[in-house]
Amino acid sequence: MISFIIRRVLVSIPLLFLASIVAFILVVNTGDPIEDLRTKPNVPKATIALREHELGLDKPVVERYVSWLGKAVHGDFGKTIKNQPVWAQVRRSLGVTLRLVLFAEIVSVLIGVMIGVVSAVKQYSWFDYGATTGAFLLYSLPVLAVGSFLKFILAIRLNRWIGRGDDPLIKTIGEGTANFCTASKPYNCGFIPSVTDFLSHAFLPMLTLVLITFAGYARFSRAAMLETLNADYVRTARAKGLSERRVIMKHAFRTALMTVATVISLDFGALIGGAILTETIFEWHGMGRVLVESINKIDPNLLLCWFFVTAVAVIAFNLIADIIYAVLDPRIRLD
Amino acid sequence: MTAPRSDGAEPEAQQPGSVEREFTVQQRSQWKTIIRRFTHHKPAMISMVVFFLLMVFAFAGPLFWKYKYDQVLKKPLGGNKDWIRPSWEHPFGISKGYDVFAQVMRGTQYSIRIALVVTVVSVSIGVAVGAISGYFRGFTDSVLMRFTDLMLVIPYLAAVAALQRNVKGSTWLWLALFLAMFGWMGIARVIRGEFLSLREKEFVEAARSVGASAPRIIFKHILPNTLGPIIVNATLAVGGAVLAEAALSFLGLGVKPPDTSLGKIIEVGKSKATTYPNEFWWPVLMLCLISLTINFIGDGLRDAFDPKQNRVRA
Repeated sequence: MISFIIRRVLVSIPLLFLASIVAFILVVNTGDPIEDLRTKPNVPKATIALREHELGLDKPVVERYVSWLGKAVHGDFGKTIKNQPVWAQVRRSLGVTLRLVLFAEIVSVLIGVMIGVVSAVKQYSWFDYGATTGAFLLYSLPVLAVGSFLKFILAIRLNRWIGRGDDPLIKTIGEGTANFCTASKPYNCGFIPSVTDFLSHAFLPMLTLVLITFAGYARFSRAAMLETLNADYVRTARAKGLSERRVIMKHAFRTALMTVATVISLDFGALIGGAILTETIFEWHGMGRVLVESINKIDPNLLLCWFFVTAVAVIAFNLIADIIYAVLDPRIRLD
Repeated sequence: MTAPRSDGAEPEAQQPGSVEREFTVQQRSQWKTIIRRFTHHKPAMISMVVFFLLMVFAFAGPLFWKYKYDQVLKKPLGGNKDWIRPSWEHPFGISKGYDVFAQVMRGTQYSIRIALVVTVVSVSIGVAVGAISGYFRGFTDSVLMRFTDLMLVIPYLAAVAALQRNVKGSTWLWLALFLAMFGWMGIARVIRGEFLSLREKEFVEAARSVGASAPRIIFKHILPNTLGPIIVNATLAVGGAVLAEAALSFLGLGVKPPDTSLGKIIEVGKSKATTYPNEFWWPVLMLCLISLTINFIGDGLRDAFDPKQNRVRA
């Protein structure tokens, strides 16, 4: 088992290395970071040359890549075009995104798997038809539409309904109240006020993410569950006279969970870079914001770091999916 | 379903040459069965009609509508507002002097146009990679599949956005090509799987034994058998491309003026989503309609091509 894991990790390293090359090629082709300076009239040539030198643009691309990689493996991702350390900014945004994504993912997995399993067990029942149709509709709706609906229509109604129309409880913008806990507002600095503030901001974006992801899991676990329910060993278990509950929970569900777990793990890796739209709609300062800003302002180091972090996430969760599958499925040979 | 069933219950039916049935069974070809299954899938058929109407709206609409998308309308605007509420003259109202109905028609047209280019290009790349990989196996397969894995590591939207930033002039075609460049991996994997299993079948062995060349086996023998998954995936790719394009344009990283798209109109209209909803919610609704109809059609096609996992029995 350990040698299997080590081998998979070793395979991942060249993949990450190649991904960093692709990312570098993309970043080089994003544009010229000092385009503004160049097109501005009356800027002395020396100023442009100095700026070029500062950003390392005067060196050939390969040399730039090698020096970036050399620093990156030591954890130094350089500075943004505004001379701020890149890693500090990315780490902060990653924290914001993780808070949002982790919780939403857990909730949607729980709801999705539960609905999927129940509709598979009660196949062709009213519950099954309702759940399948509902999941299909939610699965097909664009994030843009779901998020906008929650933000512009539902939030206002809900706030009015709970009698907080003027001082909305459900916030639609940002991941937290600005200057929430300062010296002038010491009563906000406790654990409970800050959690409440976070939840009041996180409710809508989490609901958006849950609505669009749980449907996929429901569909998937329904299919996986149906497959195992028709398997021979489930019939054997029934023939042995086991209770229906035991057949479903111990024999069918466990096997179905195996494939579901892999899909969830793969999905989660993609979500770290992939909640861009939800974050933008609700104006969170997460990884999505970093991406949009670094591309708009052509900030090579920031964009590279973004690509690096998301690539690591995707590769890491691919790895975890492989390991989960190997651990859970005895049919997988490890050697 | 295709072959008439003889159930030997009647002793007369057993006698050779004198097969008599109470009812006649019409023979159906494989394609006839598929089309029949598809046309019996109600949501898919309704979606086909709605999607057809959307296409008419997007492509024929601008030719007949009395206002052009770039026609500045000099109408008195009330107070400090830059918009006018909908009327019979302007079903979606006027915003900044432009007829929103004409804008949405043009946006839908661009969105569908981009999606079609993305689909044609990405499906071509995907099928080519998948076919080569699955047919030749071995070293070729390893190289191509590692490359596919690599492309999957780079987040799709981010890669396209990074390249799109540098495009000047007409942007929509470039955006479509970039989206295709980073969107072929899923279909490549599906087609590879199909090829891997089909290349071991007897009919391929027969073709090989009579000396058919690799291109001939790929194009004449295996590819026609993978048409089902190709059509299903291509259909779903159209929906995916519309949404991806809308997402990028909404983030301000997609098409730039003078081009437009549903995502672009939504981006422009989002600041007025609560005060003047027409420029925001109509394109959002179009987006939902496209996505829903495409998914229903894809679902119907999947059921039609793959009766083993069907929910609708025909």
